[in-house]
Amino acid sequence: MATERKIPDLFNYAMFCGGCGHGVLVRLICECLEELGQQKNTIAAIGVGCSCHLKSAINCDLVQSPHGRAAAVATGIRRAEPDKFVFTYQGDGDAYNIGLSETLNAAYRNENLCIFVVNNSNFGMTGGQMSWTTMPGQKTATSPRGRDTSKTGEPIKIPEMIAYSFKPAYVARGAVITPAEINKLKGYIKNAMEAQLNHEGFSMVEIMSTCPTNWGMNPMIAEKHMIEEVIPYYALGELKKRGE
Amino acid sequence: MGDMTKGNIAIAEAAVRAGVEVFAGYPITPSTEVMEYLSTRMDDVGRTFIQAESELAAINMIMGVSACGRRALTVSSGPGISLKQEGISYMNQWEFPAVILNVVRWGNGLGSLHGSQTDYLRETRGGGNGDYRNIVLCPSTIQESVDLMYQAFDLAEEYRNIVVVMTDSGIGQMMEPCEMPEFKEIKKCDWGLDGTYKKKRGDFLDRNIIQESNDYVAKLQKMRENEQRWEEIETKDAEYVFVAFGTCGRVMSGLVQELRKKGEKIGLIRPITAWPFPEKAFTQLKKENKNIKGFITVETNGEGQMVEDVAIYAKKCGFGNLPIYCLPYVCGVPKDKQIMNDFNEIKLGNKKEVF
Repeated sequence: MATERKIPDLFNYAMFCGGCGHGVLVRLICECLEELGQQKNTIAAIGVGCSCHLKSAINCDLVQSPHGRAAAVATGIRRAEPDKFVFTYQGDGDAYNIGLSETLNAAYRNENLCIFVVNNSNFGMTGGQMSWTTMPGQKTATSPRGRDTSKTGEPIKIPEMIAYSFKPAYVARGAVITPAEINKLKGYIKNAMEAQLNHEGFSMVEIMSTCPTNWGMNPMIAEKHMIEEVIPYYALGELKKRGE
Repeated sequence: MGDMTKGNIAIAEAAVRAGVEVFAGYPITPSTEVMEYLSTRMDDVGRTFIQAESELAAINMIMGVSACGRRALTVSSGPGISLKQEGISYMNQWEFPAVILNVVRWGNGLGSLHGSQTDYLRETRGGGNGDYRNIVLCPSTIQESVDLMYQAFDLAEEYRNIVVVMTDSGIGQMMEPCEMPEFKEIKKCDWGLDGTYKKKRGDFLDRNIIQESNDYVAKLQKMRENEQRWEEIETKDAEYVFVAFGTCGRVMSGLVQELRKKGEKIGLIRPITAWPFPEKAFTQLKKENKNIKGFITVETNGEGQMVEDVAIYAKKCGFGNLPIYCLPYVCGVPKDKQIMNDFNEIKLGNKKEVF
């Protein structure tokens, strides 16, 4: 017998484009925070870009970080308030382009934080420019002839770098696509949060999301594109399991 | 009289006693002793020391600490302070107070390790993008460094604004006797984030920017009204009034007394706050002294930076077209003899006014 899922009190409203993965992701984060009893014990540091909308989407304390610096801001929050749950909410442009240093260094220190990065393979808020996760040949506002990887590099895989180079507590990549994958993603998010609550160290979940507006596709086609073209490159699953 | 203490160590200890809970920084000469000292001192008193991966990360860590209503400090010099400007601008936007120590070194870019006053305009004009000012405190002795650092956190929290303490290589590296104040009680500011979401956010696309700006301007005016600080020496009947801060202020304090003995009618205004600039000193002087022939700034930079403020406020305070001279000595500690020679050149009319 199906039961209605309660909308978490933490969830306010989703001010995102139709078909975007952010809204589902925020809902999952809110559900996990409440299930872990952290709804009145959480401080977030948020990125610049579409992740700015977390300000409206969630009813919790947060700091608007400068572009790319959320992992450093979250480090300050963590050290100032050792008993609070601390997470960052960023996009790929924020965490992997301009914020590459802060993201990697927080992982390198094994800072007891959760980093959630939405990877939609472009700079969404500024109108769909190329980011380091843009796929080879993908057309964006700054690669209108398709991404030329000979000049701009291959799509970057930061979760793999962190999982295999440093000693984080937990690293996973999920996707906002099918219900099955969304359920798995919730498991990854919860694992990342539990790792922090158990003082195991740094945890990161990269969340693959469509960006129908900037991909120039309707949501159904965008999801199909993601499953067929993007996920094969950005393999889903747990890259570093807890206790491994 | 207190113990002989190196400037950088004394000012670091003053921050500890003022209740700094988290320090984050990155090494750079001539400020590094502050960080080295705090690396163990913070731990010993149960506080937090973070060696950040960069100046950018350090200021952003401080932002996170301050957002939680805790006292935070970062320290740097020259190019390191340049990197912090992004964070300083953000922190002033969100009204997150913190204290930044700039142990100034000479130059643009990498510059050099010589003590200097080349950062005056940057520190007093805000420095990052936007429409804000930092309170800028400029000690000229080690005791004053300790006293100002001790008060800096209270000032930052009172106005919820960044406070910059600006020393230089000379003040950071020399030793003087100084007395240390008592430890302040550590308190979390009641507005600090605590995870309970007690203060609701408005929709971020629904900001009233005019109101935000007006509120900030009101705060600037309050700081201008209440926080101007300066020291005055022999200005009442002076024909020439020197204006100098920090290391140059220290040199001029001695030189004014010495030249007075030789019959020179000179005085000194030594700004202790570079921002807000001590306009009140000029207003008062205008009422008391009808003999002034000119103001002379003594600075260690290329062509004078504070001289612009002296010209602005001399005009505002009614000194009309009184000549404003500048004696800039680039870096280091200006020599008495050189200053006396240059002062003679001014009196002889060989050295022209800047404004």
